[in-house]
Amino acid sequence: MLLTLEPRLQQSRRHLLLSPLLAALLTLLCGALLFAALGHDPLATFHTLLIEPVQDFYGVSELLIKAIPILLCALGLAVAYQARIWNIGAEGQLLIGALAGSALAINLLDWDSVLALPAVILTGVLAGALWAALAAWLRTHFNANEILTTIMLNYIALNLLLYFVHGPLKDPEGFSFPQSAMFADASRLPTLFDDVRLHAGFYLVLLAAVAVWVLLSRSFLGFQVRVLGLDSRAAGLMGFREKRLVWLALLISGGLAGLAGVSEVTGPIGQLVPQVSPGYGYAAITVAFLGRLNPLGIIVAGLLMALLYLGGENAQMTLNLPQSLTELFQGMMLFFLLACDLLILYRVRLGSWFRPATRKHTEHAPA
Amino acid sequence: MDLDLISNILYAMVRCGTPLLLVALGELVCEKTGVLNLGQEGMMLFGAVIGFIVAFSTGSLWLGVLLACLAGILLAALFALVALGCQANQVATGLALTIFGIGLSAFVGSAWVGKPLTGFEPLAIPLLSDIPLIGHMLFNQDVLVYLSFALFALITWALLKSRLGLILQAVGENPNAASAMGLPVMRVRTLAVLFGGAMAGMAGAYLSLAYTPMWAQNMSAGRGWIALALVVFASWRVLRVLLGAYLFGLASILHLVAQGIGISIPANLLAMLPYVATIVVLVLLSRDAVRTRLYAPVSLGQPWRGGH
Amino acid sequence: MSIPSLKRLVLGVAAAIGLTATLGAHAADPLKVGFVYIGPIGDHGWTYQHEQGRQALIKQFGDKVQTSFVENVAEGADAERVIRNMAKGGYDLVFTTSFGYMNPTAKVAKQFPKATFEHATGYKQDKNLGTYLSTSYEGRYVGGFLAAKMTKSKKIGYIASFPIPEVIRDINAIQLALDKYNPGTEIKVVWVNSWFDPGKEADAANALIDQGVDVVFQHTDSPAPIQTAERRGVYAIGYASDMAHFGPKAVLTSIVNNWGPHYIRSTQAVIDGNWKSQDYWGGLAEGTIELPISPLVPAEVKTEAEQIIAGIKDGSFHPFAGPILDQKGDVRIAAGSVASNAELAGMNYYVKGISAQLPQ
Repeated sequence: MLLTLEPRLQQSRRHLLLSPLLAALLTLLCGALLFAALGHDPLATFHTLLIEPVQDFYGVSELLIKAIPILLCALGLAVAYQARIWNIGAEGQLLIGALAGSALAINLLDWDSVLALPAVILTGVLAGALWAALAAWLRTHFNANEILTTIMLNYIALNLLLYFVHGPLKDPEGFSFPQSAMFADASRLPTLFDDVRLHAGFYLVLLAAVAVWVLLSRSFLGFQVRVLGLDSRAAGLMGFREKRLVWLALLISGGLAGLAGVSEVTGPIGQLVPQVSPGYGYAAITVAFLGRLNPLGIIVAGLLMALLYLGGENAQMTLNLPQSLTELFQGMMLFFLLACDLLILYRVRLGSWFRPATRKHTEHAPA
Repeated sequence: MDLDLISNILYAMVRCGTPLLLVALGELVCEKTGVLNLGQEGMMLFGAVIGFIVAFSTGSLWLGVLLACLAGILLAALFALVALGCQANQVATGLALTIFGIGLSAFVGSAWVGKPLTGFEPLAIPLLSDIPLIGHMLFNQDVLVYLSFALFALITWALLKSRLGLILQAVGENPNAASAMGLPVMRVRTLAVLFGGAMAGMAGAYLSLAYTPMWAQNMSAGRGWIALALVVFASWRVLRVLLGAYLFGLASILHLVAQGIGISIPANLLAMLPYVATIVVLVLLSRDAVRTRLYAPVSLGQPWRGGH
Repeated sequence: MSIPSLKRLVLGVAAAIGLTATLGAHAADPLKVGFVYIGPIGDHGWTYQHEQGRQALIKQFGDKVQTSFVENVAEGADAERVIRNMAKGGYDLVFTTSFGYMNPTAKVAKQFPKATFEHATGYKQDKNLGTYLSTSYEGRYVGGFLAAKMTKSKKIGYIASFPIPEVIRDINAIQLALDKYNPGTEIKVVWVNSWFDPGKEADAANALIDQGVDVVFQHTDSPAPIQTAERRGVYAIGYASDMAHFGPKAVLTSIVNNWGPHYIRSTQAVIDGNWKSQDYWGGLAEGTIELPISPLVPAEVKTEAEQIIAGIKDGSFHPFAGPILDQKGDVRIAAGSVASNAELAGMNYYVKGISAQLPQ
């Protein structure tokens, strides 16, 4: 073995920053090779992909709009994952949030009240939480693995949404096309500026980020969550009730995903459509891990993810770069980011080939 | 309903279930060793496109299948490198692999869209294919379906009757103990992941060379995810993987046949049923915490690196 | 930091680097034409045909146009951004090619009165927003005629995607042709709930053929039903693109969406400065629908089909000429009149003769 790994006793702050930087460098390097091989000027391509989309206020506002649902989901997932509750169901919880919020909103078309929007939002949040509660109930009562139940619930949620948008919630004046009526202004999230469509969902993200941060690092509850995540037996010995924490973790992440869904339909979309989410709930899983389950990290990772989507569109438009190429680039970057995390957990040593192994099992170093 | 119709439904059920069976068998072996690879969809699509390109360019369907398997292995190796080698989170790595595989297959295959190809044709086995009811279903399929039968038998034997099955089980249940017993945990896991890649690649080749001989972007249409659900549905038991794959196939065929006959059910509600069924099965299996341990590999999804 | 001051900062920085220069198109510049696609251009169906239309545009105008597209644009919040980015990027003409882009297109069109927008299959127009669609029901009617002549089992299959008016209209058109040219022929409809899933489409085709269907129609995008028909030795009628090469012994004709002529006309109109907002229905007469009839069709049947096509083209015949009754027997289109575009656009009933229930 040319390289060996030794676990770090303490995660070093330096490496916490170094690893994503290294990953970014590697991605840029490989990306440059890829683009050059295809006959595109690498620097110009990177400019189109990563800088052009955010070079004016409008671009930044669009970046934030794209990031809002991803961030809301990812922040919720961070709470669940800290407790080692593997909720893969943010997508389904988001869809149900959007569905329930819309169902209320199209019944409030004539209700011009300041209460309309809060009622719609609250419905979405509760519906998302309720959908996640199903997984919590299955886990606490029947011991059913939440990874698997939440994946299944995603499909069920999608089909429910499709059923309603093709059926009961269809706009009666919409020529039978699968979409609801446009919501009334009273149940739309207000935009923050006149000329861009950045909406109040932005404040919801900030609020959620602070709340999740306080919850996880400043509260006794967060302490319990983390202990449960580290060692469920220890948590039991300390008298924390595991079941309660499972419920809590899923309700919080489900509620935030529901909020993401309802803020999409009341924000930029303004009606219920079949494609509320092009996979935000799944993107959020990656974002949560890339952000190391830390609110600040998640915000950075979520913005980066959103930037890649926007950059991809921009590259198609201005360079005629196929979408598949930007997907490739995205996948590559995720791989590098994930792989480089190795540096945080382990110290890489060179040349152990020449030294006798000091510990047992060193032969299990990675292939 | 006449006998012919039933025989045809059974035939279609096997055809429809075969890609699911192939992917699910691969993922089963992988999960048995404790590794959860959510990148099936990506590996399958890459296998499909490589298989199609090779078969189209060389005229050899079998070469296509072979290279499709290799393509699956290649992506699986990437997963192994990141998730096992670098111990990244398996869920996140699997999702990244899906994004990567979808992009890669679309990119590589763009010049092959809309090209016709004569794929594997059904190969009737004399005499046997004339058996009423099941003859058509079992002995009038294409070669890749027969291959899936053989692979199923092989994997069943390996998992249930051979030492290999015990090794996989041991690594998945308790990697530390397995390692203490001298088992090369990392090597076993890597090989299992690569095997899963080969199976997903072959499933892709089945799609692009036999089921619907063509290449179109995203042609797997979510079958990789269904296969993941199947492994759970089967509670990690190989026989039930087979049953589950065909049940899933039957459900989707019956839905179509029923409509042709004139029975109409809201299609979206019907489409939910398999997932609801999977949850119900999961609940039934998991109710008893002690028995659960007999089913799901204990270390599923958790990274492992040597003894600490 | 408050948001407005953040905005000033960002603007200031951007201006300082000098990156904000998005200049409007000059007269001598090529006309910028953008396309927003719902699927991948590699689907060999709906989006593929629009992409073919874009290629035709490039071929026609060469340097006089500069085109680009964005594929796989979700019909949610993303659509508005992509459409607006095109408008902001100085695109003079933007085609949005899926129904779900209607509201975002309408919204952006209001904000960019100088740019021109055309939305496929929708019903909202504006001064600078037109709509266009292909009257595929004309092709279906002719397809229905061919099916009526070629079927032996008197059972026709239809692989349908979603119960929207366009699909229902096309099924009805076939039924009307069957009633006229081979009364008693039955149409079986199978909904696969997807525009594109080759495996499922093939399964649906097999299920229909197993039930005695010997001509298969499809309202989905992949050539899988054609391949299945070829294998099973029955006839098929392709959709979206010309699918004959996927089933030389099966395909009687394909209802080809040929968007090129419309894209060329609209672009020319914008260049000439005489583009007007309209609800454009292009069919056989306009070349938006093409029906390449296969040599499998006997000569006398082909001649008759061509007569029907000629009738549709010169307006002497309309597939939805009254009286047209719905399944309950109520008159929907009165004798002596033909269906208006509004009636066709909102069609949500099956005509008499179809036995299946329309899914709700």
